[in-house]
Amino acid sequence: MAETLDLSTFVERTPAGASHITLAVEGVGCAGCIRKIESGLANLPGVIDARLNFTQRRLAVDFRDNEIDAGQIVKAVEDIGYGAHPFAPERVEAAEDRQAKRLLRCLAVAGFAAMNVMLLSISVWSGNVSDMTQETRDLFHWLSALIALPAAAYAGQPFFQSAFRVLRARQLNMDVPISVGVVLALGLSLYETATHAAHAYFDSAVMLLFFLLCGRYLDQVVRRKTRVFAGNLASLKAEFAHRLETSGELVRVPAAALRPGDRVLVRPGERIPADGTIIAGASEIDESLITGETTQRAVGAGAKVYAGSINFSGALTMQVDAAGAGTLVNEVERLLDRATQAKSQTVRLADHAGRLYAPVVHVTAALTAVGWLLAGASLHDSIVTAIAVLIITCPCALALAIPAVQVVATGQLFRTGIILNNGDAIERLAEADTIVFDKTGTLTLPEPCVDATLIDPDLLERAARLALSSHHPLAAALARALGERIPYAGAVEEPGAGVCAMIDGREARLGSAKFCCLAEPGPQAAARDSDASLIVFAHAGRIANIPIRQTLRPDAAAVTQALTKRGLDLIILSGDRPAAVEPVARELGIKQWRAGLNPAEKIAVIELLKSQGRRVLMVGDGLNDAPALAAAHVSLSPISAAHLTQAHADALFLGDRLAPVLRAVVIARQARRLMKQNLALAVIYNACAVPVAIAGFVTPLIAAVAMSASSILVTLNALRARLTADVTVDAVTAQSPVKTDDPDIKQIGTVAAGARIEPVS
Amino acid sequence: MNVLIYLVPMALALGLTGLVAFLWSLKSGQYDDLDGAAQRILPDDDIKT
Repeated sequence: MAETLDLSTFVERTPAGASHITLAVEGVGCAGCIRKIESGLANLPGVIDARLNFTQRRLAVDFRDNEIDAGQIVKAVEDIGYGAHPFAPERVEAAEDRQAKRLLRCLAVAGFAAMNVMLLSISVWSGNVSDMTQETRDLFHWLSALIALPAAAYAGQPFFQSAFRVLRARQLNMDVPISVGVVLALGLSLYETATHAAHAYFDSAVMLLFFLLCGRYLDQVVRRKTRVFAGNLASLKAEFAHRLETSGELVRVPAAALRPGDRVLVRPGERIPADGTIIAGASEIDESLITGETTQRAVGAGAKVYAGSINFSGALTMQVDAAGAGTLVNEVERLLDRATQAKSQTVRLADHAGRLYAPVVHVTAALTAVGWLLAGASLHDSIVTAIAVLIITCPCALALAIPAVQVVATGQLFRTGIILNNGDAIERLAEADTIVFDKTGTLTLPEPCVDATLIDPDLLERAARLALSSHHPLAAALARALGERIPYAGAVEEPGAGVCAMIDGREARLGSAKFCCLAEPGPQAAARDSDASLIVFAHAGRIANIPIRQTLRPDAAAVTQALTKRGLDLIILSGDRPAAVEPVARELGIKQWRAGLNPAEKIAVIELLKSQGRRVLMVGDGLNDAPALAAAHVSLSPISAAHLTQAHADALFLGDRLAPVLRAVVIARQARRLMKQNLALAVIYNACAVPVAIAGFVTPLIAAVAMSASSILVTLNALRARLTADVTVDAVTAQSPVKTDDPDIKQIGTVAAGARIEPVS
Repeated sequence: MNVLIYLVPMALALGLTGLVAFLWSLKSGQYDDLDGAAQRILPDDDIKT
C-alpha cells in the first residue's frame, strides 16, 4: 500500500523563509558517515543545507518545501543507510542550552580576571618582601580593582541572583555566604587600596568566583548531556500511526501528532499509538505494558484501549480520545499527582551541607570581629580579620565536592547503559536498602520468547520460516528467536487465525489449534503451560505445540543474588496473576512477593515500606507502575517502559539485561562515598584554615594557596571514581556462584499466593 | 619602573583579546560539536579544485 508520511508537525520556518527539520540519526560512527550523509543530502534538489552534529547525533536540514518534503528527506537518509527520526526539541533543553552558554561566558570572564589579577598580585607579594615603592603597589592595586570589579559584577551574577531569590523567600543557601564573601572582599580591598594598605583581596574574590563557576558549569554539563541523550532516545522510540483522513486516505503520522477525534487504523502486530475507543474491528490485545497482566484481552467495537498495548490478531479502527474521567490512565494520573505531592523533598547532600554551613560561617566571622574588638584591636583590624575569615571559609571546595563526583559517576553510568533523568538520583540510589521489582517487562523480557526445549529442531526451523510470513506478534517472536531470514514462497496469512504454505509439496499450517484442524490442546499440555501462549505447527502429519512465554532477563537470577549479597531486600509487586508471579519469585529466590495489585495497592505497599523507615528503589516499566515509581524514594525503568512511566523514573536503563540495576547501585554507592570524603576534605581544610584566619595571620597569599589547593584536591579525589568501579555482573557472580540447593529458595514453594510482607524487626 | 606604563596595558590588552576571541568563538557555535570537529578534519576530498 502506498502511503504518505506526514511530518509537518516537526517542520519549522526559518527567518529566511526556508523550512527546517531536526532529525535524530542512528548509526553514525565516523568521519565518513558525516560526509556521506551531508553530501548525500546536499545533492538532493531543494535541500539548502544539511549539517550533522556529531556530538549530539542530530542532523539539521534546511530545505525549500515546494521542492522536497520532510518525509523524502528522512527516506533519503535511510537510503544512505542510517536511521533517521524526526526530533522535536524540548523547551527545557533550549533553556538549559542558554544557561550553559551563560555559565561558560561567566567562567571565561572570571578566568581572564583571575589570571590577570594574579599576575599583578604576585608582583605585589614579591614586591612587599623586596623593594617595591608604595606608589607602584597602589598602581597595581588600582589596576587589579579595575579588572576585578567589572569581572565580578558580570561573572558573579549567577550567585548574586540566586542568593537574592532565596533571601527574598527568607531562606539560606550556599550562594548567600558566597555573595556576602565576594562583595565584602571586594569592598574591603577597595578601602585598603584607597588607604594605601599593603594587602588587597581582589585575587581571592575573583579566584573564588572562578572555582565556583567551574563547579556550577560541570553540574550543568551533566544535566545537559543526559537531556540530549534522552531526547534522542525518545525520538528514536517514537512510534508512527496510520491515520485515516476524511477522504479515506491512509497517512502515516508520528504518534505524537495525533489529536483527539482522529481515526487510526491499527494492524495486527502494531502497537496502539494513543488512548482511544475502538469503532470497528475485533481483536485480542496484549496490555502487559499497561497492567502487567500477561493474558490477552479480547476487544471489539466500543472497547477502551490504551497507548502501548499490542494488537494481536485483527485490524482495528479506533478513535483517539482525550483523557476522560474514569479511564485507567486518568486514575493513574490522579495517583501520580498525589504521589508526587506527598513525596517528601529529599534534602540533597550539597544543600544539607550548605544549610549548615552558611550560619556557621557568618557567626564565626562575627565572633572574630567581636573577639578582636574586646581584645583591644582597632575597629579596622577587627573587620579585616573577620572578612579574612569569610574569604578563607568560602565554600570553594564544598561547591566542587559534589558536582565533580556527579560528573564522573554520571559518565560511568552512561557508559554502562544507564541514563539519569534526575541529577540527584545518584545520591538517592546510594541510599536505597529495599528494591521493589515489577515482574512483567522488568524481571522478564519485554517481549515473549520461544521455549524450544521440547521441540524437534527440524520442525521448529520450518515453523520459524513460515512465521516470517505472519504479522502476528507471537509469530514474530518465533521468527526472531530462530533468526530465520528466508520465508516460504506462496505463504498465505489468514488474519487472526494463522498462516499456511506448501512445503516440500505438503501443506504446512502455523497458527491456532483450530486453524491447524486440531482439537484444543489436550488438558495435559494446557496445564503444563498455563503461563504460555501456544502456537501450533502442523506439517506432513507431524504436529508441534510451540509454547511462547514471558522469559526472565538472561542475568536476572545472578543479579538478584548479587543484590541480596549487598544487603538489599528484594520484593516483587506485580499486577499479574499469582500463578504467573510465583514461579518467577521462586526461580529468583525472592521471598517476598505479591500479585494481582492495582496501582493504588502498589503505592500502599510502598508507603508501608516507607513507614518502616526503608528507602525503596522501585524498578518498573508498566503504566500501572508509574505512580509507584513516583512514590518510591528512587526509581529505575527499562527503556521499553511506557512513556508516562519513563517520565517519572529517575533513571532509565538500556538493553535486555538486568545488570544495570546492580551497576547503578554499586556506582551510586561509590559516588556517595566519594562525595562524603570530599565534604570531609572540605571540612578538614576549613578546620585548619579557620583558626589561622581567626588569629589574623591570613594574607592574600595564604588565602590563594589554601583555596586552590583544596579545590584541586577535591577534584582529584572525585576522579578516583573512574579508576575503581568497573562493575560487571560476571565479576560479581564469579565471587558468588549461584547455589541451587539453597534451602531458602526451596522453601518458597510453600509460600502462599499473595504472601504478606513482614515488617522488618 | 616607567616601563610599566606601557607593559601593563599591553599585557591587559593581550589578555582581553584572548577573552574576546573566546567569547566570539563561543557565540559562533564552535563548541557546539566538539567530537564532530575532530572527525571532520580527517576526510580531505571535500576540497574543491
